[in-house]
Amino acid sequence: MSFINYASREINCKIVYYGPGLCGKTTNLQFIYTKTANEAKGKMISLATETERTLFFDFLPLALGEIRGFKTRFHLYTVPGQVFYDASRKLILKGVDGVVFVADSQEERFDANIESLENLKDNLEEQGFDIEKIPFVIQYNKRDLPNCSSVEELSDLLNPRRVPELEACATTGEGIFETLKAIAKLVLTDLNKGA
Amino acid sequence: MLDPQSSLVMYDEEYQRILVLLEKLLRESNTKVIFLVDKNGQLIAATGETANLDTTSLASLTAGNIAATGGLAKLIGEKEFSILFHEGEKDNIHISIIGGRVILVVIFDQRSSLGLVRLRVKKATNDLAVVFEEMARKTAEETASAGSATSPFAEITDDDIDNLFN
Repeated sequence: MSFINYASREINCKIVYYGPGLCGKTTNLQFIYTKTANEAKGKMISLATETERTLFFDFLPLALGEIRGFKTRFHLYTVPGQVFYDASRKLILKGVDGVVFVADSQEERFDANIESLENLKDNLEEQGFDIEKIPFVIQYNKRDLPNCSSVEELSDLLNPRRVPELEACATTGEGIFETLKAIAKLVLTDLNKGA
Repeated sequence: MLDPQSSLVMYDEEYQRILVLLEKLLRESNTKVIFLVDKNGQLIAATGETANLDTTSLASLTAGNIAATGGLAKLIGEKEFSILFHEGEKDNIHISIIGGRVILVVIFDQRSSLGLVRLRVKKATNDLAVVFEEMARKTAEETASAGSATSPFAEITDDDIDNLFN
C-alpha cells in the first residue's frame, strides 16, 4: 500500500507487472530503465536465474516528479512468470497499489494468458484484494510478431472489466510508457478516493 | 498491530521521534547503519553511514527477504520468523520485525557483536512499536474524521499526472 511521508514530502506507490512466462514483463522494466533520465531512476535489480529468467522479482524505483509539492515515487516490480514460481508471485503482490497485466499476443500463448490472469485473480484475493477494484491495466505485448491474435479477441477474453488496454512492443518500446502512464494515473486517482 | 493493508502515513513529528530512537540504538549498539523499512519495501528512515549505500535497493531486497522467509515460516506452521541474521566476512546484517509491519535492519561489523545488537534491538523494538502504533491510530482517526479532504492528492487532475511524464 502507498506510503505517504510528510516528513520528506514523498509518496511511494508499488506497481506490479504480472503475466505468463516470457511475455515481456522484465523487458518492460528494462525499456523504462534505459529511457529514463539518471536523476529519475534508481538501480534496477533483477533476481534472475543464469538463463535470465526471473527467479524472484525485478525492481525499478522511479522518481517521476512532484504533485502538489510531493515527490512521487513509483516502485515497479515484476513477478516470475513461470507457473511453478507461484509461491514467490504471491509475495510480490503484498501491498500492491496497481497491477499491469502483460499479455503475450501470440496465438500459441492464448491459454497461458488466461491461466496467468486466473492465477492473478486468486493471488490477489489471497492478499485481500479484489481484481475488480484494484487499479488495473492490460498490455497486449509483442504486437510486432506475425502470429498475433487480434486485439478484439484478446480483449473479449482477458478484459471483461474494460480496464484501460494498450498495445505494445516491449523490445522497441512502443506502448511501454503509455502503459506506465495509464497505471500511474489509476493509482494516483485511487489514492485520492481511498486515502 | 498495524494493518498491513492500510496506507502508511508518516508526519514530521513521528519521523523525528523515530530518528531519535534509531540514533540512540546506533550509538548504544555501536553499529554502522540502521534503517527501517515498510514490509512493502519502502524506506521509512535511515541513520549511520548511509552515504555509500543504495538504501532504496536495500529496502526492497530486505522486504523481499522478509517476505520469502515469511513464506517459509508458513510452510512449516510458524507465523513468521521475527529475526533474521546474515553473517558476512566483515559486515553482518540483523533483521527484525516490529509490530508485524515494519522491518528494522541493523548493519554492523567487528566493533559490535550479535549479542549486543540483539539486546539493544529488543529494547528499541518496544519503543519503536509504540511510535508506530500511535502512527496507525492517528492515520485511522484522520481517515475516519476528515476522509480524503486532507490528502495532498484530493484534487489531483489529469494535467498533474501528464506533467509527471513530460
